[in-house]
Amino acid sequence: MNDKKREDVELLSISSGEASQPFDWSVGKHGSYFLQQLRDNKKIVGIKCPGCQRVYVPPRPVCGHCFKGLTLDDIIPVSDEGTIYVCTIVQFGFVDPSTGIQRPVPYTWAFVKLDGADTCLTHFLDSTDAEKVKVGARVKAVFEEKRTGNLMDIKHFAVL
Amino acid sequence: MGKRVAIVGYGQTYQRSSRKDVNGVELINEAVVTALADAELTIRDIDAIVIGNMDHFEGINYVDMWSAEGSGAVMKPVIKVCTGGTTGTTVAMCAYYHVASGMFNKVLAIGWEKNSESDTTGAIITAFHPVWERPTLGGAVAGLAIEASKYMHNYGATERDGARVAVRERLHALNNPYAHLHQEWMKGIPPEKLVDLIVGSEQNAMLAYPLRMSDMCPRTDGAAAVIFAAEGSAEKIAPVPAWVHATANRHNFVYAGDVDMDRNTTIAEASKAVFKKAGVKEPLKEIDVCELYLPYSYAGLKWIEDIGFCAYGEGPRLLWDGVTDMDGELPINPSGGVMSSNAIGATALIRVGEAALQVMGKAGPRQVKGGNVNLALATGFGGCYWGDVMLLGKKKPA
Repeated sequence: MNDKKREDVELLSISSGEASQPFDWSVGKHGSYFLQQLRDNKKIVGIKCPGCQRVYVPPRPVCGHCFKGLTLDDIIPVSDEGTIYVCTIVQFGFVDPSTGIQRPVPYTWAFVKLDGADTCLTHFLDSTDAEKVKVGARVKAVFEEKRTGNLMDIKHFAVL
Repeated sequence: MGKRVAIVGYGQTYQRSSRKDVNGVELINEAVVTALADAELTIRDIDAIVIGNMDHFEGINYVDMWSAEGSGAVMKPVIKVCTGGTTGTTVAMCAYYHVASGMFNKVLAIGWEKNSESDTTGAIITAFHPVWERPTLGGAVAGLAIEASKYMHNYGATERDGARVAVRERLHALNNPYAHLHQEWMKGIPPEKLVDLIVGSEQNAMLAYPLRMSDMCPRTDGAAAVIFAAEGSAEKIAPVPAWVHATANRHNFVYAGDVDMDRNTTIAEASKAVFKKAGVKEPLKEIDVCELYLPYSYAGLKWIEDIGFCAYGEGPRLLWDGVTDMDGELPINPSGGVMSSNAIGATALIRVGEAALQVMGKAGPRQVKGGNVNLALATGFGGCYWGDVMLLGKKKPA
């Protein structure tokens, strides 16, 4: 063992392999109500802050701007139609860390401002046509036939 | 009112795509040893340590614990800070607060990352809400592309405008031996011609419209360390200390869908707070150089408007007029910036360290204004559109 050999050491790395760590995330009362409305009634709801009048989608228990508690009684319906606030057509492939499988590309990711809401729902669009998926375009929610109480009960938003 | 505090030492590793020759602890140690040598201090002189990175990127938590040998934290107070992309600037702010409080005299701030150890897009997605955001998010690339699309929609900016920022960053990186990307082929070609070549290149793959490969930061392995010292010690350690004149940060939302995509409101508010505290009234005239956390090209157009260097929509004009080039009125990112090196947990701390080098007159080939830098601005950016700002100066703050 001379020093030259030590300098030539093979650089190793250890792979984590197929490690997985499943989680069970609590959605909370407000979020659960939203998901149940998707699942049972194909309806989208928001929550209106009595202080600043902002309508948030999804509903949450506190208005961050007013630091005011919001109750389930503050939940109101919003439309299943809206406009594209921002969007992009994703073309590079990557592994979805939630599923462990390649996210199918291309896909369009959009912030949809539903009529009656002040914040956006982030979701997929049904089109990757750059002429159609533009800021300001109108879209409508398309629901899955089988719904489980998950954001993905909205299959995507269809460009109108 | 806290004590006056200055940066007195800075060290960084060479930023590279993969450093398989070192583990995280060894990488951290390289930066720490370099920073101590720069300040001519030993680890015994350091009273406390603040360290940070994106822990889910390496899949190893509690870096404060397991890096103690490399960071120098054995039997010292050490605190870990992680705020996403802003981690490096937040680490710097936290070290500054330690010293300004009067409870610690010399504090070491460390940021590091080994992006080569996992998939960066996947790791970034896990930083977002599992119920509402992860199912559709496309990592940092998509998260930034949407902002670019909005800026183009609002102000008529073009792909050429974006490319002009990328050209500036990569040309500047050629002066910085520590930068990850050295695109030597660009040397000697005028910026306008480089923009044409980049926008017209078929090899320059579209990642998520309007962002191509050339518009994004790389994935980097690297570490940085910055030493903060209190007035009384700082002047003895460094011939020209870089004084902290003001610092501020802002966070603003719960979910991505809440973000105001028209303006970068956090960097705007944090900048406003810093300028008010430091008495800066005309940022473009008064600030001599910037090291801004610009993770993609269009940020170099829009966010300089939000900081207050020009009116909304005028960012492209500043770029094309050469105002932000090395020899311009306000050089931005002489280091080559984030688009030339992005070891995420180190990245924002490198902005602070590089800004300090400019004030101290120690930036070598990337020094601007012949070393005559009175005020240097550093920023951090978090993937959820968070903003950190730190203003450094040659004169002691009032």
